[in-house]
Amino acid sequence: MMDYKELGLRVGLEVHQQLDTGKLFCKCPSELVEEEGNETIRSLRATASEMGELDPAAIIEAAKGHRFIYQQPESSSCLVELDEEPPGEPNEDAMDIALKMSLLMGSKVMDEIHFMRKIVVDGSNTTGFQRTALVAMDGTLEVDGKDIGIPTICLEEDAARNIDDHGDNKIYRLDRLGIPLVEIVTSPVIESPEEAREVAQTIGGLLRATRKVKRGLGTIREDVNISITKGSRVEIKGVQDLKMLPEYVKIEVERQVNLLDIREALISKSAAVDPDMVDVQQIFKGTESTIIKNNIKKDKGVYALKLKGFASLLRGEEGEPLLGPELAAYAKTTGIGGIFHSDELPAYGITEEEVQDISEFLSLDKNDAFILISEEEDKASAAADRVIERAEMALEGVPGETRNAQLDGSTVYLRPISGGARMYPETDVPPFRVDDELLKSTEEDLPETPKERLKRYAEEYDLNLQQSRQLFRKGYDLIFEEIVDNTGNPSVVANTFLQTFPELEKEGYDMNNIEDDKLKSLFKKFSDGGFAKEGILDIIKELVEGKSVEEAIDSAGIESVDALYVREAITKILDEREGFVNERGLSALGPIMGVVMKELRGKADGEMVSNILKEELAKRVSDG
Amino acid sequence: MREVPLTEASVGDKIRLEIEGREYIGILMPHHRFSGDDTITLKLENGYNIGLKVAEGTMVKLLESDVDRVESTLDIPEVEEDKPNISIIGTGGTIASYVEYGTGAVHPAETAAEILYSNPEIAVRCDPKVDIILSKLSEDITPKDWVTIADAVLEELNSGAEGVVVAHGTDTMGYTAAALSFLLDQVPKPVVLVGSQRSSDRPSSDAHLNLLAAIDVAKSNTRGVYVVMHETIDDKRCAVHHGTKVRKMHTSRRDAFKSINREQAGWVEPLDNGLDLKGLPEKEEKVATRMGSIEPEVALVYVTPALTEEDLQYAGKKKGIVLVGTGLGHMRSELISTLKEIITDGTPVVMTSQCLYGTVNCYVYTNGRKLLEAGVIPCGDMLPETALVKLMWALTIIGQDVKETMITDAAGEISNRRME
Repeated sequence: MMDYKELGLRVGLEVHQQLDTGKLFCKCPSELVEEEGNETIRSLRATASEMGELDPAAIIEAAKGHRFIYQQPESSSCLVELDEEPPGEPNEDAMDIALKMSLLMGSKVMDEIHFMRKIVVDGSNTTGFQRTALVAMDGTLEVDGKDIGIPTICLEEDAARNIDDHGDNKIYRLDRLGIPLVEIVTSPVIESPEEAREVAQTIGGLLRATRKVKRGLGTIREDVNISITKGSRVEIKGVQDLKMLPEYVKIEVERQVNLLDIREALISKSAAVDPDMVDVQQIFKGTESTIIKNNIKKDKGVYALKLKGFASLLRGEEGEPLLGPELAAYAKTTGIGGIFHSDELPAYGITEEEVQDISEFLSLDKNDAFILISEEEDKASAAADRVIERAEMALEGVPGETRNAQLDGSTVYLRPISGGARMYPETDVPPFRVDDELLKSTEEDLPETPKERLKRYAEEYDLNLQQSRQLFRKGYDLIFEEIVDNTGNPSVVANTFLQTFPELEKEGYDMNNIEDDKLKSLFKKFSDGGFAKEGILDIIKELVEGKSVEEAIDSAGIESVDALYVREAITKILDEREGFVNERGLSALGPIMGVVMKELRGKADGEMVSNILKEELAKRVSDG
Repeated sequence: MREVPLTEASVGDKIRLEIEGREYIGILMPHHRFSGDDTITLKLENGYNIGLKVAEGTMVKLLESDVDRVESTLDIPEVEEDKPNISIIGTGGTIASYVEYGTGAVHPAETAAEILYSNPEIAVRCDPKVDIILSKLSEDITPKDWVTIADAVLEELNSGAEGVVVAHGTDTMGYTAAALSFLLDQVPKPVVLVGSQRSSDRPSSDAHLNLLAAIDVAKSNTRGVYVVMHETIDDKRCAVHHGTKVRKMHTSRRDAFKSINREQAGWVEPLDNGLDLKGLPEKEEKVATRMGSIEPEVALVYVTPALTEEDLQYAGKKKGIVLVGTGLGHMRSELISTLKEIITDGTPVVMTSQCLYGTVNCYVYTNGRKLLEAGVIPCGDMLPETALVKLMWALTIIGQDVKETMITDAAGEISNRRME
């Protein structure tokens, strides 16, 4: 267990929430669609002034290499997303939500909101920039009695959806481009992995309170800034699953601690990086490694780098972050497939003998490591430069980086951490004036805060604070309220969300697969006496599989309350007449039907009674 | 640190001010055209601009003056000796402009260095000579400017350029292309107009591809006046249009320019070294010459059901009228007598069609025949804007009948065959 206080952990969040309004600058619906639509090919170039240097060859290469393909589904994108028409005025509903969020956090709303162009040339925006505006500053959020600063709240457009990387051509779909996002940034005052989740959940709850935010996977995304005292600030981009948030923090802290340990080990071994790339192709003349054999056939070479004192630090203990993958990630940014390092060899068909030969050729001793790159010389050399750069950083400690979140809580190097973003005014969108009148009417229309809601749940629904808080944190508060306001049974509904759901999730069911409408009709059936509460778990299992409520009840084999009651009554009658039944067998049906109907007439459907009686009778006769 | 009244701080100064107990630090930006009068724009350290309402007499602390001004230490890429000489004439517009990141202001390129600075690839393709003769958005271009541009082109053609590229705003680029087509009598080499629909300060600008394509055409073994712009909305192929048969057909799309009533002259794929200019006339060893000038006093009248006698009489005060008629080239019959008076008084009136596609034909219906009898000159399938420019030009040609000039093809403006 890490002592996060001792390590000086500091975490700050940037929460991006998609809004459930139209798109920010056009009249398209904010819907992700299956439709692919026509394709448009574009290239983006960083203008010379941006790059700060003039390298015609590099710019031409960039223009050649980076073409982007945009799918333009007509149902969810228009000329604005294609960058073929100037943006319209910002969506009023989206602006309203951003203002409400600002007021809920006590932020100072700007007198005029100015949209900016934030340069992004990875193709995710057709324009080459993201439109973003600072709406408010200096808010605070109370989480478990601690004030979390909210320095900025922004309104911005979401990027296009990356569908595929097709060689040099990235494919994006324009359905997501332009969906409004509210971005809420916290101060870096979070001190533990769990606190990060608490803060994120509280922000999520506030956002949902506006009732105009999208729900489901991918609709809320977090960038997480993490640092420890002796490490560096690392920004993890694109965390989609809130539950995983503490995991990302833990793993990053471990990674940084590990890198610091590696640094110490390197220094104690007087490690050094030899900047010269050496051609070692001759060693692989008769190699059995298919990868290298094929590469040589394609006129690629084999090159080695000497890392003095790095042995056994490239591949650490099982499960620990390693230096090898970090070096490889830097190398891959130059477009090569990967590298080999001596800690993982012999492997990939590279033999012990070849490893020995390289060691000899480079005059390595047992403390030294090497890197192999099999590529064309100029590509290998570019990759080697990055490996050297990263290896040298290992001697310094933890490099400041932007890393991509992977689903399992780990991260992959993306780029060095950027300084301030390049921003210049979006001249196509006029400033949005927030006068006192607008501020006042927004204030009057503020949604109930989570705090107020918790209080109301206790009063109206008789839930305890613990239950209410959990509903809220897990994001079930709104749907809970909607169901209970329609069909009652607050404690059953709350238990379904707080006990049944987690139980099923543990079994591997994905509860995101159930639409709200199905839950509503499930509880409607329940309150109409369609089934007993014990049946809910089984029915929900079927709902997750995509069945309708009726189908689910059917295939879960759940009977209505009526049927249970009838079966109970019939069982009792048959028990009392056991002898008669045994004697008469199936022909006991007629006489017993009379008795049963006498008891149940008017209380249950005749046909159902008859069916159940036949069933029960048959069971006894065949058992006998 | 000086404390001064806000009014004394200038754009580019880093200031600190306090409003209602909150402190703001940032660079003072130019006042936004649509901002409130009581509002200043401040660029914060995080890069965002915000609008702040300030009371009269607000005091600010001056932290630094004139920060973030872009220094014009522009490195120009070296040009290889053996590249063809291409002249690039700048007239304004967004094709050659760059953004000053400090203030976000977009500056039109004013020097050769600035054009090369934003488009260093030019130096790889040719030995460019850049001359900025005007700095106007194309909506501000006047007929007089056409003559200025034509003379500048002539000078370049006759002083060693193998081709000339004219960078131009897109709104009126079609008019200028037509004007150059008529004014340049002998055009022994390519003259290429080019623009952009997304300004060149944006990473997604079409300026770059268009400019490279224009240079490729200017280097080619052809002659004549052409317009080069995106063929589709893809950043791939640029269309080459004949200067008298091209029209801006969309307000904002990259592929706004279309050839009308004539197939486009060819295409270029500058990033893939593709080019097809088959069938275009080849270069000649001749001196480039100019013929005629431009008479700006010509009216273009859009014929609608609401057009009145007074409208026509007002237009009749000009030295010529281009009618943009309905259908095959018609107008309300009861106006024809007024038109006849204007023509009899010596003002030439020519007829084009607001259909744009297809040719004027005054023989099909009675209305057309009456117009012909009144002396209206039918312009065939000439675009209305081209007819306007041509009439302005025809009026300056001494010793030649205006009607004869208008109905005789001078620069590809009239086609005899149409395929769509």
